[in-house]
Amino acid sequence: MPAVMAVVQAASQSGIEQFVNATISGLALGAIYAVLALGFVIIFKATQVVNFAHGALAALGAYFVVYFATVLNFPGRFLDFLPISAQWLLSALVAVAATALVGIIIERLTIRPMIGEPLFAVAMITLGLDLIIRTVTNDFMGNQLRGLGDPWGIETLELGLVTISKTQILTIAVAVLAMLGLAWFFRTRMGIAMRATAFDQEAAMAQGISVGKVFALAWAIGAGLAAIGGIVSSVAPRAPGVTPFTALIAFRAFPAVVIGGLDSIAGAIVGGLIVGMAEVYAGTYLTFSWLGVGFSGIVPWLLMMAVLLVKPYGIFGTEEIRRV
Amino acid sequence: MRGRPNLYTSYRSEMALLPTTTKRVSMALLLIIATLLPLSALPLLGFLGDSSWLVIVNRALVFAVGALGLNLLTGVAGQVSLGHAFFMAVGAYTAVVLGGEPGNTVWGLELPIWIWLPAAGVVAALVGILVAPTAVRVRGLYLAFVTLGLVFIGEHLWRNLGKVAGGPTTGRDWPALEFSWWRGMEPVISFSEDGPLWWFLRPVNLLPWVDIEEMSGEVKTYFFLLVGVIVFALLAKNLMRTRVGRSWAAIRDRDIAAEVMGVNEAKGKTQAFAISSFYAGVAGALFGAVVGRLIPETWNLLLSVEFIAIILIGGAGTVTGALLGTLFVVMLPRVVEEFTVWLAAQAEGDGIFSGVADIFIATSPDDFGLVSTGAAGPGLSIFQLNIVLFGVLIVVFLIVEPLGLYGIWIKIRNYWKGWPFTY
Repeated sequence: MPAVMAVVQAASQSGIEQFVNATISGLALGAIYAVLALGFVIIFKATQVVNFAHGALAALGAYFVVYFATVLNFPGRFLDFLPISAQWLLSALVAVAATALVGIIIERLTIRPMIGEPLFAVAMITLGLDLIIRTVTNDFMGNQLRGLGDPWGIETLELGLVTISKTQILTIAVAVLAMLGLAWFFRTRMGIAMRATAFDQEAAMAQGISVGKVFALAWAIGAGLAAIGGIVSSVAPRAPGVTPFTALIAFRAFPAVVIGGLDSIAGAIVGGLIVGMAEVYAGTYLTFSWLGVGFSGIVPWLLMMAVLLVKPYGIFGTEEIRRV
Repeated sequence: MRGRPNLYTSYRSEMALLPTTTKRVSMALLLIIATLLPLSALPLLGFLGDSSWLVIVNRALVFAVGALGLNLLTGVAGQVSLGHAFFMAVGAYTAVVLGGEPGNTVWGLELPIWIWLPAAGVVAALVGILVAPTAVRVRGLYLAFVTLGLVFIGEHLWRNLGKVAGGPTTGRDWPALEFSWWRGMEPVISFSEDGPLWWFLRPVNLLPWVDIEEMSGEVKTYFFLLVGVIVFALLAKNLMRTRVGRSWAAIRDRDIAAEVMGVNEAKGKTQAFAISSFYAGVAGALFGAVVGRLIPETWNLLLSVEFIAIILIGGAGTVTGALLGTLFVVMLPRVVEEFTVWLAAQAEGDGIFSGVADIFIATSPDDFGLVSTGAAGPGLSIFQLNIVLFGVLIVVFLIVEPLGLYGIWIKIRNYWKGWPFTY
């Protein structure tokens, strides 16, 4: 869908304008992928769980915004002295918190009993969770499109050559904030505990770290970041709202994770940006008919396969050292 | 060695297909049941011979072929693959291009079944070998992502290759299950049309109470697929017992140890990929032929996950598990549907359970319930309920019984083996 929009836009622009605008929407898309990938990597690093339910959590977060902002008007109904945009942001914050809570519940119910089991089994559990969350969410959403009710819509800012929409600025700002927040978090007491747990669970336990608490926190942060990614990927101009396909769009953050390396925070950001830029550039420039409709959607996957052929653990991933 | 079923005096007897008398007897019983099943000649299970149930049983048989393949790759060789739907699609589209009817918008060569069915498997296996270099290099869960990517790339291909796959929402027709020597010739045996079963069986009627002259297409399809499943199950079982299968199991259990023992890891993984894809390709072609018309969206992630669910619920690494899992997973939607309809009737009526049923079932849009039978009810539709059930079953089985249905069976068996000393 976004690719089609980009092509229509491109028809009336000069080459350089087209390139700059593609770069900016690539950055915005990359920021979305980076946020989704960050959440994924945090869960993987801290708990060694590959979370296939990440896309479902992202869509769930976006749906919570629909619910809190447009249906319930919570918490805006108690705070009507605030500007509308602030009310919406508060609703979004509540939605992120709610998704984080879902993450904690998932961890406690299905991941905690599986500690010590093969990683493959735990990954398959998240695949099952993905089916459950996605189907139940879709049932409540219905098949139609649900707008998030964000106050900016398709408003844009003109900065010289560049036309940038306000939500794109928001997306990039949120991504940068999330990264800074994480960088800060890893310096706090709890963050250091999480790094220790990621390094060696038993040693961390021996030092008095509550590994269970770290697991719960990792899932809360991961699910919260998924929700943020889901929200920013379902506002205009990227998409007009949440649909059952939102979870599938979030699936494209997986190549970003793999390209960066499953266990690398920096890799998640770089991978996200690479994938986002590649997808938008492909949508803008690779518009040959023989590539088919919606080719840009599979560019991330093709890129992932190419990278894995050269570097089997991604760009920044730690190579598995196998001891005999 | 009568009375000592667990005493093996040679390696050969331990590795035999059916090592004990009990196994031989139960296998013979199973075969008899499987033969009589579609003829409505069995007590209790006779309802499976109805054509509406037989369609589902046939679907289960098709899926059993695919599940056996995935079981070899995931259960025996330990390579997690989410790309089974992709390989099935490759096989299905090979079959339809070779065997399907040509049209203005689609390709088709109208070749007979003895070309398109093996070709479906072979082409899928070749694609599997093509993908294998990436798959061999990456390890463990990275492989899950590579195969996940295959599904999405495949979906894009099928949506855009209209000449092969037909229109995005219309799809195209698969060739019927009928055997003829060459295109344009009268089919020698048709497995899909109503009529006599086999021309060579006509003079000798082995089962006098069954009308062999007039047999419905579903029953004939069933027998064709049953033979196929038996052949493929035997093949899988034998692969697991021989050098190749043991080398796969070695790679699964500890890849370094396997390499130290002289197992070529890359070769083993490529073999596993190729053979599993062969199974998938044949299953895809049969799926198309049995259903008749499929849209390109059929081959999505959900189909792959369904196969993963089959393997996990049935029990990874065993042929019995794969077959049990297939029966369970494919029959489940129909059972759930019947049960829901029954519950809805209870909720409407005023039996003892009507109050309980009413909590679960929403019969009208403003009724509360977890499951809705109406079009726009607030609860899950039956289709959605089935997907949720898949998810729940995967999660519950992995947490509670990682060996799946097969593991439950082993537990029951061991309980009775030691009875009355069952501690």
